[in-house]
Amino acid sequence: MRGVQKRFGGVVALNGVTFEVMPGEVHALVGENGAGKSTLMKVLSGAHRSDGGAMELDGRPYEPSGPRDARRRGIAMIYQELTLAPHLSVQQNVMLGRETRTGGRFGVIRSAGMRASVRTALERLGRPDIDPRTPVAELSSGERQLVEIARALVENARVVVLDEPTSSIGRQEVAHLFEVVRRLRDQGVSVVYISHFLEEIQELGDRFTVLRDGRTVGSGMVKETSNSEMVELMLGRRVEQLYPVSSRTPGQPVLELDRLSGRNRPQKATCSLHRGEILGIGGLVGAGRSELIRTIFGLDPIQSGRIRFASITGSELVEVSRTTPGRSLRRGVGLLPEDRKQEGLALRLPIAINTTLSRLTEGRGLGRIGFLKRSALERSTDIMRDRLRISSTGPWQDTGSLSGGNQQKVALARLLHHECDVLLLDEPTRGVDVGSKAQIYGLLDELASGGTAIIAVCSYIPELLGLCDRVAVMHRGILGSPRPVAEWTEQSILEAALVAEGSGVVA
Amino acid sequence: MSAASNQVETISAPREARRGARAVIQLLSPFIGLAVVVIIFSILAPDSFLTTRNIEKVAVQTVVIGLGAIGMTFVIISGGIDLSIGSVIALACTVTGWSLDKGASTPVAILCGAGAGVACGLVNGLAVTLLRIAPFIVTLGMLGIARGLAKGISGQQPIRVDPEASSWFSSDWLLDRDWFITAPAVWFMIGIALLGGFVLRNTAFGVYTVAIGSNEQTARLCGVPVRTMKVLIYVLCGLFAGLAGVVLFGRLGLGDPTAANGMELTIIAAVVIGGASLTGGEGRILGTIIGVFMLALLETGCNLYGAANYVQEILIGLIIVIAVSIDSLRHRRSTN
Repeated sequence: MRGVQKRFGGVVALNGVTFEVMPGEVHALVGENGAGKSTLMKVLSGAHRSDGGAMELDGRPYEPSGPRDARRRGIAMIYQELTLAPHLSVQQNVMLGRETRTGGRFGVIRSAGMRASVRTALERLGRPDIDPRTPVAELSSGERQLVEIARALVENARVVVLDEPTSSIGRQEVAHLFEVVRRLRDQGVSVVYISHFLEEIQELGDRFTVLRDGRTVGSGMVKETSNSEMVELMLGRRVEQLYPVSSRTPGQPVLELDRLSGRNRPQKATCSLHRGEILGIGGLVGAGRSELIRTIFGLDPIQSGRIRFASITGSELVEVSRTTPGRSLRRGVGLLPEDRKQEGLALRLPIAINTTLSRLTEGRGLGRIGFLKRSALERSTDIMRDRLRISSTGPWQDTGSLSGGNQQKVALARLLHHECDVLLLDEPTRGVDVGSKAQIYGLLDELASGGTAIIAVCSYIPELLGLCDRVAVMHRGILGSPRPVAEWTEQSILEAALVAEGSGVVA
Repeated sequence: MSAASNQVETISAPREARRGARAVIQLLSPFIGLAVVVIIFSILAPDSFLTTRNIEKVAVQTVVIGLGAIGMTFVIISGGIDLSIGSVIALACTVTGWSLDKGASTPVAILCGAGAGVACGLVNGLAVTLLRIAPFIVTLGMLGIARGLAKGISGQQPIRVDPEASSWFSSDWLLDRDWFITAPAVWFMIGIALLGGFVLRNTAFGVYTVAIGSNEQTARLCGVPVRTMKVLIYVLCGLFAGLAGVVLFGRLGLGDPTAANGMELTIIAAVVIGGASLTGGEGRILGTIIGVFMLALLETGCNLYGAANYVQEILIGLIIVIAVSIDSLRHRRSTN
């Protein structure tokens, strides 16, 4: 791929990307969110068309007319959200759309012939124990991933693109996935490996390409490049500058958890949160961090334990019972959910509604007999659009048409508009470009300095270190004790995430 | 590596067993409901309920609903819905009568009836795929259109056909209970059901239907001709509705444009009781047929027991809700 360009409306997503994959290599594609990795791969796999530049496959011009065409030519994309039909069996999924080529007459499926080729593919992946007749709904997420890769193999894929393949699977399965990737490489299949985790790339990659702001900013051999060199390429500046460095002094405790347990996780979480501090929660995906703050907010049920909460500055902590999202909001506790698109925002509604939704009934947006006052909504929304620098055409623009970073700002704007005292943030910068990230960090710093108490769940360890005052790490549902950020290092956070506290074993 | 493969075996052995047990339960659960209905009415009306005569009567009653439900099963598994099926059955019934009245021969009349159904299904399918209107809306529209057409064709009056011309339908041949254990129409429905089950499980058409209902994006990515499939599924449903209309004409002996009023709901209820999911991806022809029989037995049982019509309606309502909640409970358990 040479000089590939892609525009969406006025936004340039790719601006001259050069990218080259050799047969039988693992090529790591790295870059911050929004750098254009996914867009580039969508162009490669035919989901988007390029607006400029040239692509070649085996020395011949390559311009796929769609995902089907790309797959037929041997390029298969394995997306983060796996694309399987859960109601069908492994075999039916792998062979979907190809039945007629192996089948008998009149579209009647010859099961035996299909099963043989599915078995062969699973054997190539080192998992002959998966029965092709198993319904996909019964497989683990790692196994589902293999089924997708098996589908690519059955279609004779020569380039397999894995988009953040370890984000949805367990740790043991990651090891197996690496094994599979190496097998593919040894069988002459090229693997494009997209990941945020530089450790994975060091372990697995042969060569790498770094994207930033839709451009190729570097490429080379993984073995000859250090992690910090890659990070610098990704960011284009030093890491520290991203985070604000104002010093804060925490105030009175505002929230206390006493052995709080949810249905499955968290298990007996105990900690306190003070006004004017940012408490970071680290840990692996699936450790129960989201469940913890969802339980505090009242979205997940409390099984046992207590939450104590001080509603007014300086007041006593009072035990709260029967938390529901509505009650929490009335107490001034706001949640920013992890899944912005599904849970956090009503994407089809305009910015103004999304911003004011939690307080629509509190007089400000409403006239006397329950009619919305457009002007009042506009005024509140414009204040937020200014304050958060949300790039948009106006308060009535559809939220769904904004970029990821601006969508996240709208979700935050709602919490600001609600004037929350306690913010529970789940991955506040997920899917957000570097520029918006810096703005969000600045905003959180400003809020905390003004006395707001913030719990932030972050997967990216430098973010925990740069943003938070104290950090606690969760491991399999158990919350470790919070410690000041100065006592943590990237290494110790990762260890705490991987190994239970007090077990004494170092990973 | 040996440790790893050992582990895999220990994981997969209970999984295998669990899958087996679940499959058996899934297979049997509709029968259990059916058995409960049979047992209750055998106790309530011990003399009359379980007689051969009665069972045959039930079987004959089910043919119209059963044919419609087989088509509906395909539509629902693909994630769609066809609200127009009752009206389309009435239209097919009317068209059959109308064509006989105009002097068509028996085979031509059957073709006309079935053709009317196919035409409605084709329009439904094209509107869903080309105009991208939600199936609920498209078929809600067709519900009115087909019913209106039926009334227009018949001049708002049931078409009474010259007995000579409709002798094949009215001669009891179609519904002759003594033909071979039960009437030919019942055998026809059983044959269609078996064929439908085979198509659903063992053909690309069937797998595509499930795939579209399970995950439409995936189906498209894998090269399943999603649009064509949807059109075909609605056409298939229309065809079955047409055939149901022809059988209904045989039962009524006239082309009645007001027949089968509200039957779409009974048909959808039968499919849902049979274990299909309205969100698509799930459903079985066998389950549907059992659902059809369950509703028919309930009706007969209530009549025999002398329960008022309203009791029957309440019962049917309850059964739908119970069947679906059992189903969703089972789902929740299997995902946890």
